[in-house]
Amino acid sequence: MERDIHFVTGVYEDEDVLLQAITQVRSSGIKIHEVYSPYPVHGIDDYLGYKRSKLPIAAFLFGLLGITLALTMQFYMMGFDWPMIIGGKDNAPLPSFIPVTFEITVLLASFGMVGVFMVSTNLKPWAQPRIFDLRITDDKHVMAIDIANNSAMELAKIEEILKSSGASEVNKKSFE
Amino acid sequence: MQVTSSVRDPLVTGGKTYHDVTHDISRHVESKPNIRWFLAFLTSVGVLALGSIAVIASVWEGIGMWGLNKTVGWAWDITNFVWWVGIGHAGTLISAVLLLFRQKWRTSINRAAEAMTIFAVICAAIFPVLHTGRPWLAMYWMFPLPNTFGSLWVNFNSPLLWDVFAISTYFSVSLVFWYIGLIPDFATIRDRATGLRKIIYGALSFGWVGAAKSWSRYESVSLILAGLATPLVLSVHTIVSFDFATSVIPGWHTTIFPPYFVAGAIFSGFAMVLTLMIVTRKVYKLEDYITMGHIELMNIVIIITGSIVGIAYITEFFIAWYSGVEAEQYAFINRATGPYWWAYWSMMTCNVISPQLFWIKKIRTSVVATFALSIVVNIGMWFERFVIIVTSLHRDYLPSSWAMFYPSITDVGIYVFSFGLFFTLFFLFAKFFPVINMAEVKAVLKSSSDKVNK
Repeated sequence: MERDIHFVTGVYEDEDVLLQAITQVRSSGIKIHEVYSPYPVHGIDDYLGYKRSKLPIAAFLFGLLGITLALTMQFYMMGFDWPMIIGGKDNAPLPSFIPVTFEITVLLASFGMVGVFMVSTNLKPWAQPRIFDLRITDDKHVMAIDIANNSAMELAKIEEILKSSGASEVNKKSFE
Repeated sequence: MQVTSSVRDPLVTGGKTYHDVTHDISRHVESKPNIRWFLAFLTSVGVLALGSIAVIASVWEGIGMWGLNKTVGWAWDITNFVWWVGIGHAGTLISAVLLLFRQKWRTSINRAAEAMTIFAVICAAIFPVLHTGRPWLAMYWMFPLPNTFGSLWVNFNSPLLWDVFAISTYFSVSLVFWYIGLIPDFATIRDRATGLRKIIYGALSFGWVGAAKSWSRYESVSLILAGLATPLVLSVHTIVSFDFATSVIPGWHTTIFPPYFVAGAIFSGFAMVLTLMIVTRKVYKLEDYITMGHIELMNIVIIITGSIVGIAYITEFFIAWYSGVEAEQYAFINRATGPYWWAYWSMMTCNVISPQLFWIKKIRTSVVATFALSIVVNIGMWFERFVIIVTSLHRDYLPSSWAMFYPSITDVGIYVFSFGLFFTLFFLFAKFFPVINMAEVKAVLKSSSDKVNK
C-alpha cells in the first residue's frame, strides 16, 4: 500500500462558495490538486491560477497545415501531374480551388485541435478515471487535495480549513 | 417556487435543481423502452425496410429505374439531397452560431438539433451516392484518387466536387462537435449506472471526470469549433447552391443563390427542429427545459428566414425581368404559370405566406399551430427545390425536347427510405443518448435566475 495516493476532498454545493473557498484554501498555503465540477464554472481558471488554454494555437497551426496541403494537392493534380484545360480555365485556376481549400482547412483545424484536446486531457475509451465522488457529474463540486503534496501541514488542519471554507462534507479518498 | 431574475425570464422553468436536471434527462436513458417507443421505432424500421427495396432495385438495375429523362436529368434525387442538407443546417446554427452570439437558450435544444443535423446529412448523402449508379466505384469519382488508378484526377473546377468536400467536412466536424458535447453527459450516466451500462457509458465517456482543467479546455474547444463551424455551415449551402448557380441554365444562373439557399436551409432546419422537439418534449415531459420561450424564439427565426426567402423569390422574378434575357424571363413565367404552376404556388403559399402567421403572438406561442406550420414549412421547402430544379430543366432550349418529369415508384421508394433511416436513427438517439445537454443546462441554471434551487 506504499504507492497509494491519498487525498482529502471537500464537497461544495454552490459554485460561488466554491470560488471563495478556492481563494481561501490557496491563501492558507494549501496546494490544490484539482477541482471537479458537474459543469463549466465561469472564471474558475483565474481562481485556480490556470493559464489560458493553448488549444487555439493548435487549431491555427493545423489550419495552416490544411491550407498548405489543400493548395499543394490541387496545384499538383490539376496543374502539374495531369494538366487539363476544363471550361477554358487555365491549368491552375486559383479561384476554383478556394472552396476545397476552405473545407480542408476547417477539417484539419477541427480534427487537429480535437485530437490535441483528447491527448492533453487524456480522453480515451479505455481510460481508467480517478473518480473522487460519484456526485461530481451530478450536482456537487469537489476540491481534491493531495496529502503528499501538502506534507508540511497536518491533516487535521487541512480538514479544518476545508470545513471553514464552506465545504458541506470533508472526506478522504485513496487511489492505488 | 422559483424566484427569478428581475430582468429576464428563466431559461429553465419549474424550479429545477442540478440534481433534477440530471434525473429528468438521464432517466430516459436508464429506463426500459416503453411500448410507444417500440411501436415508433419498429414503424421507422419498417419504413426503412420498405424503402430499401427501392434502393436495392436502383443499385441492381441502375438508375434507369428513376423517372429521369434526357431533358430532366436531375429531379427527385437532387431535390431530396438539397432538402435534407438544408434541414441539417439548423443544428449547426443552434450549436455554433448561437454559441458565438452567447444565446444561452440554445443549451436545451442543441443536443437534439445537432443529432438531427448528423442524421439529415446521412440521409442527404444517400442521393448523390445512388445517383452515381455504381456506388462501389464512386470513390474514384468523388475523392482525389487517381481515376481507375491511372493518373487522371478529379476535377477541382467542378462545384459537384466542392460539394463532396463540403458535405464530408460538414458531417465530420458536426459529428466531432456533437460528440465532444456528449462526453460529460455520458460520464453522468456512467456515474449513475452499474454493470454493463457502466462499462458501455464508461467507454463512451472517454474517462471524463469534470476536472476544472478539462472544463477549461472543453470550453476552449467548443468556442473554436463554433468559430470554425459557423463559416462552415454557411459554406456548405453556398456550395450546394453553386451546383446550380455556376451553370448557365436559365433559372439557375443566379448570383442570389448562395444567401438565398442558406436562409432557406435555416428556415427548413428550424421547422424540422420544431417538429421533432415538440414531440420529444411532450413524450419525455421536458416542458420545463424546452419552454414556450424556446418555441417562440425558434418561430421568430422562422419568420426572419422565411421573409428572406420570400424576398429572394420576388428578387429573382424582378431580376429575370430587369435582365432583359428572354430565356430567363420565360423560365420564371413558366414556373408560375406553366405545367408546374401547382408546385410553384404550393411553394409560395407554404414558404412565404404561412410563416407570416407567426407575427401573431397567439399563433407563435401555440404548440399545435407551431407543429402544424413547421410541417407546412418543410413541405414548402421541398417544393422550392423541386421548382428550382425541375421547372428550370423541363423546357430547355429546343421545344422539341420539352418534357415533363414523373417520379417513378423507385424515386418515391428512395425518399421513403431516407425518412425511415432518419427516424430510425432519431429514435435510437432519443432512447440511448441524453436528449438535452445536461452539463450546459446546469451551467445556465444559476446565471439565468437570481436564486438557485437547492
